[in-house]
Amino acid sequence: MKSVAVIDYGMGNLHSVAKALEHVAPRTRVWVTSDAVKIRSADHIVLPGVGAIRDCMAAICHLGVDVIIAEVIGHKPLLGICVGLQALVQHSSENGGVNCLGHLPGSAHCFSNGYGLESAGLKVPHMGWNQVIQQPHCLWQNIADWSRFYFAHSYFVQSDQSQVVAGQCHYGLDFAVALARDNVFAVQFHPEKSQLAGLTLLNNFLAWDGS
Amino acid sequence: MALAKRIIPCLDIDDGRVVKGVQFVDIRDAGDPVAVARRYDQQGADEITMLDISASHQGRDTMVQTVAQIASQVFIPLTVGGGIRTCEDIRRMLNAGADKVSINTAAIKQPEFVRQAADQFGCQCIVVAIDAKDISGSDEPSRWEIFTHGGRQATGLDAVCWAEKMVHLGAGEILLTSMDQDGMQNGFDLPLTRTISKAVSVPVIASGGVGNLDHLVQGVLQGKADAVLAASIFHFDEYTIPQAKGYMALQGIEMRL
Repeated sequence: MKSVAVIDYGMGNLHSVAKALEHVAPRTRVWVTSDAVKIRSADHIVLPGVGAIRDCMAAICHLGVDVIIAEVIGHKPLLGICVGLQALVQHSSENGGVNCLGHLPGSAHCFSNGYGLESAGLKVPHMGWNQVIQQPHCLWQNIADWSRFYFAHSYFVQSDQSQVVAGQCHYGLDFAVALARDNVFAVQFHPEKSQLAGLTLLNNFLAWDGS
Repeated sequence: MALAKRIIPCLDIDDGRVVKGVQFVDIRDAGDPVAVARRYDQQGADEITMLDISASHQGRDTMVQTVAQIASQVFIPLTVGGGIRTCEDIRRMLNAGADKVSINTAAIKQPEFVRQAADQFGCQCIVVAIDAKDISGSDEPSRWEIFTHGGRQATGLDAVCWAEKMVHLGAGEILLTSMDQDGMQNGFDLPLTRTISKAVSVPVIASGGVGNLDHLVQGVLQGKADAVLAASIFHFDEYTIPQAKGYMALQGIEMRL
């Protein structure tokens, strides 16, 4: 029986992610855990997260999740979600500047910080269903290009290495909503809350061997 | 390419049952919140809001189970309100599978609670619900005051200042209900909705008064709402969600179709 570990580092709502994974793969064991042994033994790994990046990074480091991720990152398919994506890039400007795990090239910036969203009448957080322009990747299989996914975030990721950008979105400006490299795929939106498109992506992730 | 405006059906739940009447023609038990939520999910609702109106502790415990059941079958955002007074209440609802909680009276009693909640859970999951009434005289410019207890109790708080304060404390969204319009089916209080939406940087959900599809359109185009919430027009199969979305899209509103 295959297994997926949803890394629990005390930040946010893991129930939704776990329930969605159970729904798409009833024959897969879903663990919500911070136990290194379990995470190492899982076939697939999900790094979720909500809230402020400083608290997330503090919890990740406090529980040794940073070490576990560094260890498994070359070996197993890993899906980052929302702040999980932001934790995987190099740096976030939130909370006065926080160094992140640096497994993906990119950095997180605040929407309300001089990008002109306010004058365009755009609200922050970017909350609701927006369209994603895909770059070829097997995790988009059976999901139409420009499908809408559910977002709820105030910080966005940009990467100067276009080859890692697997999905893009526009809200006042263009930004990356999916970064992919080797066996890591990380998204800004919430697939667990994005109905059919999101569930299909989770299903594709569980079917992915990371290549 | 743009962010879609949202349609949010709202369920009032008392002791584990949907109240205010739900009469879908094609579901067997229209009082069962799980059946109703699934139905809205299948129709393409963008989110679902559930308000717990139970008076008893037992009813509130039932609400946690209801949320858990819905969250295991419905994969769109779920907001839960009613009786959210402490961070522990929020944690219980998030653990049950809610994505956001809506805080109303507790914010008025203790505004700092909103800051605490936003610090602990992130502002994206803290919705502050505001119930406002127009208190201006006939010759005056409009002024709105916050009311509690279903519109019976005045608070002396100006709605616009209050909304600004709630956002400052960490509210990630405002659920704005006009107590003058609620249940009247005459449309949203558009000046109120527009005034609050322009005053705050976060998304505003318009609520109270929807009786037809034009009201939804007006809420977005004239009220500048980011999302529209309605109960009865959907509960009675008067309109379906796809009908509402199709109609709004025809008026040039960006929708998730």
